[in-house]
Amino acid sequence: MRELIPYLINGVSVGGQYALIAIGYTLVYGILRLINFAHGDVFMVAGLVMVYATASMPIYLAIPLALIATVILGFTIERVAYKPLRTAPRMSLMISAIGVSYLIQNLAFYLTGGVPQPVNNPIPWISDTVAIFGASTKRVTIITPFLTIALVIVLVYLINHTKIGMAMRAAAKDFETAQLMGIKINSVISMTFVIGSFLAAVGSMLYFTNYPSVAITSGGMPGLKAFVAAVFGGIGSIPGAVVGAFIIGLCEEIIKGLGYTTFSDAFTFALLIVILCVKPTGLFGEKVTDKV
Amino acid sequence: MTLKKKQTIFTAAVLLVLLLASMALDATLPSYHIAITCVKKATVYALVAVSMNLLNGFTGLFSLGQAGFMLLGAYAYGVLCIPVAKRAGVYQYFDGGLIQFSLPEIFAGFLGDTIGSTVGMLVALAIGGLLAAAMAYLIALPVLRLKSDYLAIATLGFAEILKAFFQWNALGPITNGSNLLKSYPSFEKGTSYILLAGAMIAIIVLLINSTYGRAFKAIRDDEVAAEAMGINLSKHKRLAFVISSFFAGVGGGMLAMYNGTIAAAPFKSALTYEILLIVVIGGIGSITGSVLASFLYIFSSEWLLRGLDSGTFLGINAPGIFKNGFRMAVFSVIIMIIVLFFRKGIMGDRELPDLLVRRNKKSRKEAAGK
Amino acid sequence: MSKNVLRIENATMQFGGVVAVDNLNLEINQGEIVALIGPNGAGKTTAFNVTTGVYQPTNGAVWFNGEKIIENHPQGKMKKLYKGENDGKYTHVLAPTPDKITKLGMARTFQNIRLWKSQTVFNNVLIAKHCRTTAGVASAIFRLNRREEERQRQEVLELLEVVGLADVKDELATSLPYGKQRRLEIARALAAEPTLLLLDEPAAGMNPQETDELTAFIGEIRDKFNLTIFLIEHHMNLVMNISDRIYVLDFGKLIAEGTPAEIQNNKRVIDAYLGVAEDA
Repeated sequence: MRELIPYLINGVSVGGQYALIAIGYTLVYGILRLINFAHGDVFMVAGLVMVYATASMPIYLAIPLALIATVILGFTIERVAYKPLRTAPRMSLMISAIGVSYLIQNLAFYLTGGVPQPVNNPIPWISDTVAIFGASTKRVTIITPFLTIALVIVLVYLINHTKIGMAMRAAAKDFETAQLMGIKINSVISMTFVIGSFLAAVGSMLYFTNYPSVAITSGGMPGLKAFVAAVFGGIGSIPGAVVGAFIIGLCEEIIKGLGYTTFSDAFTFALLIVILCVKPTGLFGEKVTDKV
Repeated sequence: MTLKKKQTIFTAAVLLVLLLASMALDATLPSYHIAITCVKKATVYALVAVSMNLLNGFTGLFSLGQAGFMLLGAYAYGVLCIPVAKRAGVYQYFDGGLIQFSLPEIFAGFLGDTIGSTVGMLVALAIGGLLAAAMAYLIALPVLRLKSDYLAIATLGFAEILKAFFQWNALGPITNGSNLLKSYPSFEKGTSYILLAGAMIAIIVLLINSTYGRAFKAIRDDEVAAEAMGINLSKHKRLAFVISSFFAGVGGGMLAMYNGTIAAAPFKSALTYEILLIVVIGGIGSITGSVLASFLYIFSSEWLLRGLDSGTFLGINAPGIFKNGFRMAVFSVIIMIIVLFFRKGIMGDRELPDLLVRRNKKSRKEAAGK
Repeated sequence: MSKNVLRIENATMQFGGVVAVDNLNLEINQGEIVALIGPNGAGKTTAFNVTTGVYQPTNGAVWFNGEKIIENHPQGKMKKLYKGENDGKYTHVLAPTPDKITKLGMARTFQNIRLWKSQTVFNNVLIAKHCRTTAGVASAIFRLNRREEERQRQEVLELLEVVGLADVKDELATSLPYGKQRRLEIARALAAEPTLLLLDEPAAGMNPQETDELTAFIGEIRDKFNLTIFLIEHHMNLVMNISDRIYVLDFGKLIAEGTPAEIQNNKRVIDAYLGVAEDA
């Protein structure tokens, strides 16, 4: 048990990072019914921007810059690649998302020369080593879950108590009716991408602090896992995504702790398939039926 | 002459010209020439793209598990074809591995060297396909109940699980764990690839134009109506899934043959995406489109546009811009343009014989105009 | 008394707390044309969906040609929620998918036309023949079923001739005018070789002349293909002209049944359609 403690601590931390990405998936899926395959790559770009920015400017400029750049990227993706396909079949939308993912990775490859960019202690304070429960870890590991919870509370408040939040809920419930009721659907959708990208950027800064480098494919796996978390919790539901993310983060680290590192990724997907077969709507999802 | 007859002759003529062209390439160029390797790779991609199109384009099942089924086919081929004498070297971390026979050698034993090893290689490819088909059969029941994007993500996840299993050290005596499989035989001539993949694609075309293929299209167009008209959804979806996986498995075996080495890592979701994008470029629901797009994609990315990566392109020398990765960046921009603005791809849902019809209609209209 | 073809027995369909069809009992005999009418939202299409296997009834059974094909009773959450009658009368679960029911000899059309959009008129009808195909996949791929395929194609041609769509057989189904699309849906259902044909608002969106043509057409195909017909319709002219008997649904409940003449003079039916005056 003692040996597992560092893994458990890590699990909670990784779970928090997944949660921040998963919210982006769940928000977008709730409204557009689209798996935004490019979201993992947005997450990766946030990591790259952070690496470049912290290397060339003071940290109080670098962090906001990385956040803003990521938000702009998310916003632009929606406007360029998804908005023209509003009336197209869902398959086209999904293909467009995969295309964007491919494009971002290839552009990043070109711009970075294909070399993984080393992460050199970008945000010094959070990468200090601290001791907890007799295990030593980076401070970021401790901070992540709390920061995640705080951001989620803010987000839930935003969605439940502001006008744009109400519009988002309406659009998620019924896209067309919301539009007929005078909700500016495009700005609502943009807003979900802005929020999603912002949270992914925060998650990215926390995530890559624990890794030696950012490679162009670094976004794929965390992205897919965060999506699984969103499905697990019931896609469209924010608390669901957060709970799902923490569960997946923990399970993954426990499996690593038991010595089956090869299967930590596979486990996540096995979990996904089981959930989809047993309870396709996830833990907190709502049931939808087709009308004949 | 009826239109149908004309179309048949036209199609046969085009295919024959292509076959002769590839034979001419084989006869005049050495087998390591870039044109030949491009033909080989493009043929393999064409087969896999067509198998994906059967599922995504003709049956309307958005599956992203292609890489996983290719992986099965590739490993089956490698494991069954490495010569016995070379196994000790390949499986050096696993005491020469568990399997101590090689299909090409077994068949060479009683059919003679050339024919026997070819038969052995073909049998190994078929076994790879059957393995992939069997796996598809097993997972079809739970997975195919899912709708569109859930199906996509579940099949994607399934491929990832397979990949992990093949890298698992406990299976090392068979899969060689995370080490490479190599030293197995392969076809030397581009024409062999074309004939083999061509035969496979022909079977898929026959399937699509059969009563079962029509049922697949009915499911794609309107599932509820298809079921109400007596088409058993789960049976037909599973059928499409299993057949598509079989050909993906064979394609995977051929890719292994082309590459010369096998590892689980390259069979990741990016490979599936690449093939999906080829299908989209060619036109979802067009076999001709998938084949055409595969050749365009492979020839330009592997050969014609290589200058974009290495400093000089079309005589323009700009090492600052034309550096490593520029080719793929340009490529992905082109793909996005197609996805957004030319959603039907090159062919839409038309096939090779249809090219003749359009021209005929036009000329008939012109004739009527006069 | 002629043979009983379809019998719906105590069928109740409840969605959550809403009872869409409430204890429906209905019988159709060989060769009859029976109409199911009622105001919008009365549960007519739901009754069709229950009969054809699209929905599983919450409680009740359906018999087809003397054989029980569907049966269900409230289960799980529905046990507590169930508001209908005859709770406990049924104990088995028999829930075939729609394709199995079609193979038994029941084919339907849809209220909102559901043709296969990318396919030609000819193929739309030919695909419906697929459920009668005996060839396996391998023999279909390698064209060993040529004789069966030829026969089916011939039958489709004849069928298109009968319904008057032979001249547009190579057009895309969706390029046809609305009235012809409805006809094509009927032709497609006929291709599945049913003994019972269910038509869900076949005259919806048609003008009076088209409706008259359709009325004659339904009678014709009944005689030609030896069919029993069960239809939902709002055009009262059509219903009164061709129906042998009529069932009337209101708020999920059967409120009347009888010949057209009886239904026309039934006070409950008139009230259901026109509303009850407060001071009457």
